[in-house]
Amino acid sequence: MAEQNLTERSMAVGLRALNRLASNPLIDRFGLRDPAQRVLHGASKATVRTATRAGRTFAATQKLSGPARQPRSGRSDLFDLTPDEEQQMLRESVRDFALAKLRPAAQDADEACAAPGELLGQANELGLTMVGVPEELGGAVAQRSAVTTVLMAEALAQGDMGIAVACLAPAGVSTALSLWGDADQQATYLPEFVGENVPAAALAIVEPRPLFNPFELETRARRAGDGFVLDGVKSLVPRAGDAELFIVAASLIDEDPARPALFIVEAGGAGLGIEPEPAMGIRAAATGRLILEGVKLPGGAMLGDGSRELMAECVQLGRLGWCAVAVGTGQAVLDYVIPYVNERKAFGEPISSRQAVAFTVANIAIELDGMRLATYRAASRVDQGASFAREVSLARRLCSERGMAIGSDGVQLLGGHGYTKEHPVERWYRDLRAAGVMEGALVV
Amino acid sequence: MINLETPKKFEFLVSQAHQVATEIFRSNSRKYDADEHSYPKELDMLAAVIDGMNEGGALSGAGAGGVGESNGSGKARDGNRNGSNMASLLGLVELSWGDVGLLLTMPRQGLGQAAIAAVANVEQLKRFGGKWAAMAITEPEAGSDSAAIRTTATLDEKTGEYVLNGEKIFVTAGDRAELIVVWATLDRNQGRAAIKSFVVERDNPGLILERLEHKLGIRASDTADFRLEDCRIPKDNLLGSPEIEPKRGFAGVMQTFDNTRPLVAGMAIGVARACLERTRELLTEAGVEIDYDLPPHAQVAAASEFIAMESDWEAARLLTMQAAWMADNKKPNSLQASMAKAKAGRTATDIALRCVALCGSVGYGEGELLEKWARDVKILDLFEGTQQIQQLIVARQLLGKTSAELK
Repeated sequence: MAEQNLTERSMAVGLRALNRLASNPLIDRFGLRDPAQRVLHGASKATVRTATRAGRTFAATQKLSGPARQPRSGRSDLFDLTPDEEQQMLRESVRDFALAKLRPAAQDADEACAAPGELLGQANELGLTMVGVPEELGGAVAQRSAVTTVLMAEALAQGDMGIAVACLAPAGVSTALSLWGDADQQATYLPEFVGENVPAAALAIVEPRPLFNPFELETRARRAGDGFVLDGVKSLVPRAGDAELFIVAASLIDEDPARPALFIVEAGGAGLGIEPEPAMGIRAAATGRLILEGVKLPGGAMLGDGSRELMAECVQLGRLGWCAVAVGTGQAVLDYVIPYVNERKAFGEPISSRQAVAFTVANIAIELDGMRLATYRAASRVDQGASFAREVSLARRLCSERGMAIGSDGVQLLGGHGYTKEHPVERWYRDLRAAGVMEGALVV
Repeated sequence: MINLETPKKFEFLVSQAHQVATEIFRSNSRKYDADEHSYPKELDMLAAVIDGMNEGGALSGAGAGGVGESNGSGKARDGNRNGSNMASLLGLVELSWGDVGLLLTMPRQGLGQAAIAAVANVEQLKRFGGKWAAMAITEPEAGSDSAAIRTTATLDEKTGEYVLNGEKIFVTAGDRAELIVVWATLDRNQGRAAIKSFVVERDNPGLILERLEHKLGIRASDTADFRLEDCRIPKDNLLGSPEIEPKRGFAGVMQTFDNTRPLVAGMAIGVARACLERTRELLTEAGVEIDYDLPPHAQVAAASEFIAMESDWEAARLLTMQAAWMADNKKPNSLQASMAKAKAGRTATDIALRCVALCGSVGYGEGELLEKWARDVKILDLFEGTQQIQQLIVARQLLGKTSAELK
């Protein structure tokens, strides 16, 4: 026994030495390594930090007497699963766009880690950033309608989740400004989101560490004079490189106890940096890290009252958005595997003639419908002005766990073929993991 | 407008059913679980009260008799309707929260009424409506494969009677019901199209009780096995058309299940809610706090597991509401009914068993009802079509396959 341990240990030591040698940059200098391999090695190690984009100047053109808010619809009398006419129309036009434009562009965008600019422009024309904005500020919908945004996000993700996230990130910001912004903040920023040239923008909540909890932030906001100074690192921020505006979650450390709050941060300021942060999936969303080093913000940069309740609402509404795109992606999986298992033959008959395959398809449909209904329920409670913390939490868990299982089953049903880039199921598998990881960004 | 809340107009019904569940069902739960096959006489009085309520309309939806044709008010301007399917479901969820075994032996509330409602003509509805009816489908050699049943019905032209012969097992409330709806074939050579349902009075001398089953759970509910020996019934007791129509004959009798499956799913949802509520109380006493905002890994495992169970319960519940809503709005719901039954049956069983485990010896012991609910709940993933049958139905519809193509 002791002898075996010794053998194992010496082997481990040997491997470690080999690894150290293999990673030693000196061997490269002597031309001992294939140049292509060196390039790969360098690409994964080096982090290229750049400044955030120096974008437009946000300035209020009119003074508002007070913040505008969309009214809630109040409680409805009857159980109903039929979207209203406006919602049906929006959902259909977004779905058509998603299947015709996003789906064919998805693989290239995934590889490029960027959504095509042309598509992002076309997506803006769908009015995504206007649904959450009050009518008096140029918004498109009379009442608060998280349901409408959920339906549009779901339809968009049916084309591709990564591009959908890129399209929806600015809408998350415009909705957040509409919900919690004061008169000055709304007058300063919202006109840009209802205009022709919608800025790239994103909420930044996630931080790069295991067991991340959005209520225990390491990004700090310190009071300094009338304003704040922010330090920290935000992770997986969609479109970090071309965003002109961020909403950043940071902990108000001067409070006792410290509590999380949201801050409006314009890109281009001193102390702001970006590092690309490509991930397992949603790569078309061009995720990156946002680094804040002594970023000075004016007193008016804090969004809302800095209460835990506001942060909780932001987190909940963000999770709802991630649920919506998970549902859309799950639908894409289901629609793809059905014809595949019907056409693919093994042992002389379609594989769908076997219960093991057929039942997997049945379970995808069952769990997907459950995810969808739970998401709709939570969204409809938002619109009605009812409490929704519990309902969002249940939808989130379903979309995270059941949604991931759908992604895994999608690959499984195609066997080895599902593991290759010949089929989109491997991308959906990677994308669906995001629903359990991401926070914020897709506030509905 | 999308809204998935329980309609306000059913709040009174739900609260009444909840009172019955608390006062009558819960307080007799343990008694009739321990004393299998003894008749829960408390229910007779309750049935009389409910009959009174039915006239007033308050609990009209609490049983299975109301499903099928949706009626009553509640139609919105846009044509959306929340009717008797939704009402029945909501009532059953509450009563099952009380005790699903006692629910299944409620006088005049058997699932047989749903079969009658689905296929009976006007005259038959008048004759059999309101009676306590049980369903006899399963045979020793034909369970899920109900097209393989061997019980025969032969028309005796001289007397104008059908003569039934065969064996029926697993008849819920079979001993206590007034009527038994028996599935039998007019011609075994003509397959499923020849299968019809026949109403047999419980006191018919040709209907011989063989035995009552001893079961894992729902012990308050009697499960009877019968022999049909030259059992003669008037020919007008055949429900629906006596013609053997190869195209739609069997579909007719199977339609019953589109209406009853959401109800059985509702029972599962009621039992699972009882488990979740009691477990939450016990966990709270044990100092476990459940925070819906925290990520799963940021709270204790028990709290995280609780939210996971609750989320699956919510999915099952909403799928079931969807199926009932579709029935009320005359949308074909065969797919959604089976999806609801599949999800609710397996989810409720899973929840009940996990709740027992979470509560340890307290959950496993007879001092709590959790262990009983965990035994009761299993039947809901079996009867009215097992988990696997529901998956077959769902898969065939999604994949566009016949029963010959996907066996």
